[in-house]
Amino acid sequence: MSETAAQLNFFQETQGRKGILAWILSTDHKRIGLMYMYTIMVFFIVGVLLGLGIKMELIAPGLTVMGPQAYNSFFTVHGVIMIFVIVIPGLPAIFGNFFLPIMIGAKDVAFPKLNLFSWYLFIIGIITVLISLFTFGGPPDTGWTFYAPYSFKTTTNMFPAVLGAFILGFSSILTGLNFITTIHRMRAPGMRWMKMPLFAWSIYGTGWIQLFATPIVGITLLMIIAERFLKIGFFDPALGGDPILYQHLFWIYSHPAVYIMILPAMGVISEIIPTFARKGIFGYNAVVISTMAIAIVGYFVWAHHMFTSGMSTTAQFVFSLLTFFVAIPSAIKVFNWVATLYKGSIRLEVPLIWALGFLFLFMIGGFTGLFLGAVATDVHVHNTTFVVAHFHYIIFGGMGSAFFAALHYWLPKMYGRMYNKYWATVGWATFFIGFNVLYFPMFILGYQGMPRRYYDYLDQFHGLNIVSTLGAFIMVAGIFVIILNLIRGARHGEQATMNPWEGRSLEWTVPSPPPLENFDEIPDLTKSSAHPA
Amino acid sequence: MLSGASNLASGVDKAFVIIFVISALFLVAITVVMLYFVYRYREKRNPVPTEIEGNNKLEILWTVIPTLLALVMFYYGWKGWIPVRNPPKDAMVITSVARMWSFTFDYPNGKSSNVLYIPQGEPVKLNIVATDILHSVYIPAFRVKQDAIPGKENFLWFISDKPGTYDLFCTEYCGLRHSYMNAEVKVLPLPEFEKWYNDTTDLVAAAEGEGGVKKGLAGARLLENKGCIACHSLDGTKLVGPSFKGIYGEPVVVVSGGKERTVTIDDAYIKTSIYEPDADVVKGYKPGQMISYKSELNEKQIADIIEYLKTLNGK
Repeated sequence: MSETAAQLNFFQETQGRKGILAWILSTDHKRIGLMYMYTIMVFFIVGVLLGLGIKMELIAPGLTVMGPQAYNSFFTVHGVIMIFVIVIPGLPAIFGNFFLPIMIGAKDVAFPKLNLFSWYLFIIGIITVLISLFTFGGPPDTGWTFYAPYSFKTTTNMFPAVLGAFILGFSSILTGLNFITTIHRMRAPGMRWMKMPLFAWSIYGTGWIQLFATPIVGITLLMIIAERFLKIGFFDPALGGDPILYQHLFWIYSHPAVYIMILPAMGVISEIIPTFARKGIFGYNAVVISTMAIAIVGYFVWAHHMFTSGMSTTAQFVFSLLTFFVAIPSAIKVFNWVATLYKGSIRLEVPLIWALGFLFLFMIGGFTGLFLGAVATDVHVHNTTFVVAHFHYIIFGGMGSAFFAALHYWLPKMYGRMYNKYWATVGWATFFIGFNVLYFPMFILGYQGMPRRYYDYLDQFHGLNIVSTLGAFIMVAGIFVIILNLIRGARHGEQATMNPWEGRSLEWTVPSPPPLENFDEIPDLTKSSAHPA
Repeated sequence: MLSGASNLASGVDKAFVIIFVISALFLVAITVVMLYFVYRYREKRNPVPTEIEGNNKLEILWTVIPTLLALVMFYYGWKGWIPVRNPPKDAMVITSVARMWSFTFDYPNGKSSNVLYIPQGEPVKLNIVATDILHSVYIPAFRVKQDAIPGKENFLWFISDKPGTYDLFCTEYCGLRHSYMNAEVKVLPLPEFEKWYNDTTDLVAAAEGEGGVKKGLAGARLLENKGCIACHSLDGTKLVGPSFKGIYGEPVVVVSGGKERTVTIDDAYIKTSIYEPDADVVKGYKPGQMISYKSELNEKQIADIIEYLKTLNGK
């Protein structure tokens, strides 16, 4: 591509700032998206290594590589980092920032300065969490759920960790607000709602969840402060509180947070499958409606995390029924994705391989979720490794696969360079095998009754734990191949054209990498009739 | 399949099988169709894609069928659960007390045990309580689980027809020794159970202990039943707290309010340690690990424990 002075890409156009200042003072949505990406990738690797530590300890009963206190901190910090720093912000913060404005034909988000401020909050939140690891009583050991009253009794550093989650939550609220406003106010002429790319729709649904659900974290934190310092009993029975109230508040946020994670992932898949089938999505309207249905129904299922807490039978009935209803829009999406492949002209490129892998792993995660929605079976496998396997299939197999699919799909657009296809495929295959060897045995272990968060276990659980740990090593090897190949591609890969995949959405109509304000002229779509994706 | 050993297992297992069969069929069918499409419509075989906007009949079909199947799965999940909520009125009531990090089972006749003995074929209701933080009672073979919540009483019930020994786990994360917080469930044929149940030797011993007849026996029972030995070994092993072996009357360095001092382990010190565990913490151990046992142990019982500790000095 010829680069004239007028066509500097956003990496080259530093607006007169030098070095790191060109990044941390820039309100360009693309630079902010990449800053989120670099931060998240660093912590992702930390989280992966902590997870590997957990699996290494579990390869044999008794002490293997660490003591129980270290183990408890490992799984707590693994959970906190993975959930609050990676999977909740992940897709919206990176790809939402980078691609949402381009996809709807805008030059930036609605509030660029607020967008940069959100990233600062994100970093402050992370630093607060890190402080909890290295000061006072040492890393928290409560599990990422911080359940009361143990979280009030432990001498470890619970408070900064929760405060960090609160600050990260604020960053999330502001990002959601920004995206909602951008979608309402900044669509290019002719970009009608029902013409919008499905990824933009998923970011829209996610934005509303971020806006409505996240404030619950704030009020919970205030109650914790009031309890710890003013001795007002909310959660601690020793002060007259009710620990179950804490669980409700926690899950009123944290269950919708699952949809904050998975909706953008579904959006990514809804972009990739049509692109590589080289046709429009099957049932655009159904996919849009199911996205919004998940965003709405997802608020009302939280108490299925608490079936064994002694809640009323009526509550169990209602929450179990609603949980089955929330499964249906996801099923509709799966059917539409598969139907999109029908009579396509399919190119089996790496992003599509990741998307197909997503479908398989997400289905296993979804189907095993049905056991957790039905009360009788949930009570048996609740708080066992079955649940751990289930949510890793959804979050890591689902959201994680979509994340890597998106990285491969949009790498040529972000950096103007291509990854190595051979190593990308090898990385995927290694990851996919390792993933299943790691997590599938945990379904069986959980069904047989092995509780989760167990440092030590009885001999009858030994065999499958060995298999699972071996899977962890394979999977981590795959992750390193994938990431190294992506880094190499971004730096030294082959030059990519403007539209290597023949995609139809607007980001493929601008140069790779895009120029500072994306478009020379805001595109006019009033005359085109087809859905862009 | 995991063998079930209670009257409730069949309902749970039925729901499990129904959900499993529906899920497995859909998983295999969708995966096969997906792979077939990728193979059949790859670019080489099908160079020109056919644009299809959608199909309303199909959308309705794959909305209605999953909805009906979801309702079926919900129904069996619910049906398997209802009996768990309805214990018979004549059930034997045993109180399961959970604390960091042990269980005690209190029987109606005052007997107390850290093994859950169950009469075969008789309904048993467990009242589930916790003294400190959240725990959970989970018996995989019986397919039952219920959280133990301080300040609240939950319950479980079951009938077990299969004599044998089963695992009971704590499944609500409760800190350092969570994974060691488990117990055995022993289902005994009725005559054997009654023999155990009516054997009140330990109750007698407790009474005798108060009178000082059999030194220490009552104290030893208390240490076991109140879960003390989950953290304080009797053989010198260092667990969460210091071992009880050979400590009575010995000097020890403690940290009191941030300052180190040396005290002698006497009756007063032991009482303080039980009622206010964080007042004088033995150097090298973490404060905040133990709750006060003021509501669980009275002064007479502490005296019994002291009698027993004296016997651990080997004097």
